[in-house]
Amino acid sequence: MIFTMKNKAFFLLASVVLLAATGCANVKPWQREHLADYTMRPDRDPLGVAQKEHIWFSREEASGGSVVGGGGCGCN
Amino acid sequence: MNTSLLKKSLLAALLAGTWLTAAAALKVGDTLPDLTGFSLEGKLPDTKGKVVVVDFWASWCLPCAESFPVLDELQKKYGDRLIVIAVNVDEKASNMDKFLKKHTVTFNIVRDAGQKLVATVSPETMPTSFILDGEGKVRFLHNGFHGESTRKEYISEIESLLK
Repeated sequence: MIFTMKNKAFFLLASVVLLAATGCANVKPWQREHLADYTMRPDRDPLGVAQKEHIWFSREEASGGSVVGGGGCGCN
Repeated sequence: MNTSLLKKSLLAALLAGTWLTAAAALKVGDTLPDLTGFSLEGKLPDTKGKVVVVDFWASWCLPCAESFPVLDELQKKYGDRLIVIAVNVDEKASNMDKFLKKHTVTFNIVRDAGQKLVATVSPETMPTSFILDGEGKVRFLHNGFHGESTRKEYISEIESLLK
């Protein structure tokens, strides 16, 4: 009998793995034009970033570490 | 069909999928594919017997902009003995044109509009440059551009091939 509990579990796991794999977008280095766009930068709005950091600091008594430089170019 | 065979088939399918999605990147020792077979926009120079630098770049890539003056310097320094071909991979030709107006260069520019060549070569980052010997074989490979250190490496490698 093919559909034992063990087999069912295996096929369920395999299906989840396959579905998860299809959700991964492998963006090649030469396809990062849109990721490298200025609008993709998390720090493109200095005032917005300052406000968020102020809120974060007031709430958590900690600051920084939220934004790194550069966009999604992935160059070099 | 028994369970073991099913499991093996599934594993084989997964492995095949992984293999198909992982394009083989061009590496040192490989021969660059014939550039005339990729419908590149722009004029390709005759590279027979010449040392060639093939550079993959895009207008949105900041290190590419930094590398252009250095590549231009190399082209001027070595003249006819060296051919620099910069392959643009921008989706829009207008972005490339805008970039080239800002960064005027004397070396050869071609555009891989269909991104067929770049997909075949599969560079790891932008920019990536390949230095080929007179037989079209990749002798040196540069992932990215790191300023003066890359410039020095270019000069030393090109001169070793020109000897």
